[in-house]
Amino acid sequence: MTEPRGAGVRPEASGPPAVEVESVCRRFEGHTALDRVSLTVREGEFFSMLGPSGCGKTTLLRILAGLDLPDEGTVRIGGVDAREIPAHRRPVNTVFQSYALFPHLTVRDNVAFGLRMKKVPPPELAERVARAMDLVQITALGDRKPAQISGGQKQRVALARALINEPQVLLLDEPLGALDLKLRKELQVELAALQKRLGMTFVYVTHDQEEALVMSDRIAVMRAGRIEQLDEARRLYERPRTRFVGQFLGSCNLLDAAVRERRGADLLVETGAGPLRLLTEAGGGEAERRGAFCVAIRPEKIRVRSAAESAGENRVPARVAQLIYIGSETHYVLTAGPLTLTAYALNAGSGAPAFGIGEGVVAELPAASLVVLED
Amino acid sequence: MAARIGEEVRFGERLTRARELARSAFTSGPGILWVVVFLITPLLAVGVISFLTRGPLAEITGPATLENYKRLLGFGLLGFDPLYPLIILRSLVLAAATTVVCIVAAFPIAFFIAALPDRFKNLALTLVIIPFWTNLLIRTYAWQILFAAESPLARGAAALHLIPNGGALYPGTFAVYVGMLCAFLPFLVLPLYTAVEKLDWSIAEAAADLGADGPRVFRHAVLPQVAPGLAAGIILVFVPATGTFVISDLLGGAKTVLLGNAIQQQFGPSRDWPFGSAGAFVGMAVVLAGLWLYARVAGERGAQELL
Repeated sequence: MTEPRGAGVRPEASGPPAVEVESVCRRFEGHTALDRVSLTVREGEFFSMLGPSGCGKTTLLRILAGLDLPDEGTVRIGGVDAREIPAHRRPVNTVFQSYALFPHLTVRDNVAFGLRMKKVPPPELAERVARAMDLVQITALGDRKPAQISGGQKQRVALARALINEPQVLLLDEPLGALDLKLRKELQVELAALQKRLGMTFVYVTHDQEEALVMSDRIAVMRAGRIEQLDEARRLYERPRTRFVGQFLGSCNLLDAAVRERRGADLLVETGAGPLRLLTEAGGGEAERRGAFCVAIRPEKIRVRSAAESAGENRVPARVAQLIYIGSETHYVLTAGPLTLTAYALNAGSGAPAFGIGEGVVAELPAASLVVLED
Repeated sequence: MAARIGEEVRFGERLTRARELARSAFTSGPGILWVVVFLITPLLAVGVISFLTRGPLAEITGPATLENYKRLLGFGLLGFDPLYPLIILRSLVLAAATTVVCIVAAFPIAFFIAALPDRFKNLALTLVIIPFWTNLLIRTYAWQILFAAESPLARGAAALHLIPNGGALYPGTFAVYVGMLCAFLPFLVLPLYTAVEKLDWSIAEAAADLGADGPRVFRHAVLPQVAPGLAAGIILVFVPATGTFVISDLLGGAKTVLLGNAIQQQFGPSRDWPFGSAGAFVGMAVVLAGLWLYARVAGERGAQELL
């Protein structure tokens, strides 16, 4: 392993480019897997490609690994055009979804494989293997065969086997996909911490939006072979640009809106739930030109208040249609005129719901939380 | 209705030991009987006969002796004579060489068939098996015609100065190997194809990703995965090939004696059953020793495959 660079310090996601993808296309018989995809991954960044199955994220990862080739476009790794570099000579390593451990080799020999291919002398090899196994805590498993260890342990072996080569970029293809939820959450945190400690560039493919949010510096949301939105994790969640991004990352209430008038920095719009005030900085200027558009708001941003309360802005009278108790939160399904709104309330107090089914309430949609979508 | 100790519950039915035994006897009995009557008993008879003596009228008589085995190992009446050890060695070399040639030919075929679209796979496999619909003797005689001096193949070879003008490709070593290859190739292709078909290519990709070039991907990621199929194929080719002599007789010019013809000679024209039996047993022992050695070299996994 490389020495931990600036341990504990979050590396800036603005370093020199580690991976540059320029208008890459990849077509398979009958469909286009990648359609003019461009992106740049910075050195030391935890970069995720997120999307439903078939969106092209794995194809792009395989192209970075050299296991597949683009029909058009260029890929540069560390500033070098990777077109003529076959998989076995690329300075990247992959953690495969199926782990793809060598079944006939012990855990130790699996980890040592890359160094053996590079003909690293035995003393150095033994030392580096020991360090890599220690790093992912599989030292005790050295003599076992892959068939004799659990899924979580296999995942660690696959990680050690890739990390030991000190790649410029580590590619991870849904490495936690086959694990149960609890283990997956533990490993997410561990993996993100490891990445920060090593300062290594990670390109991570997943279809799990929470996983992407937990671990990534930046996320590219992909859909049907294109990048729908590429942004920092927080911005992507708070400011989705399209319905797809809003609904793929968490839940989203969508309201069709029509511009009524402009009032200073605010935009007054008419929705099915009544008139709402928007802030023009949140894409309001462009929205005003379009006249009609879609507005999104996250369920946890909606405040459910008693009808008697008069505080708050953008108050929408509503009725509780359904109550879903999920432990930490209560989910309210509200009907407001022709619309259905979902609102999450934290069960901070006794946990007993503040409102009952059929009760009349007021849903407050704070202007700062309303996002104007582009589609 | 809990199962008592020593009982097993299977599909909701309680099996006592006696019932279980009765069931296995019913299902496996006929097969075991067949093996005992038609394989183990004759084999024991051959084993016993190999220690007896040929009488003056070619009858099998006493006394019990090791003479047959001594003769096979080269210690005859006239001092050491390597005739039979050489015959055994020649048979083994031919079988081993045939196996190697078959392996080299079977790999590309197995990969090619596995890469075909599904609807062509069965067709391709049928084409591999089709020669078996014709008797081995007829196929072998057919090579005599194809390799004769007037045949286009022989003329082509002569034109390329591979053989003298007007020469024939048969009889000769080349013809023998072509015949052996054609007779045994399917036995290697079929098990190897089964293994290639199941190949996990992501492991090969992992090897490439970790810095292995083409040959090393094959050695470290592909070969270990197809090893069981390869082992089965090697055994299916090597074992019968040690006993085959028809092909070398018909295509080699009947000049060389192999273990197969030597044994046939004893049971047929020479009417020396005890010596023929000893030959059969030595042949079996040599093959078993060869397989044991192979298992040792191929390691634990290979041994498991063999058993």
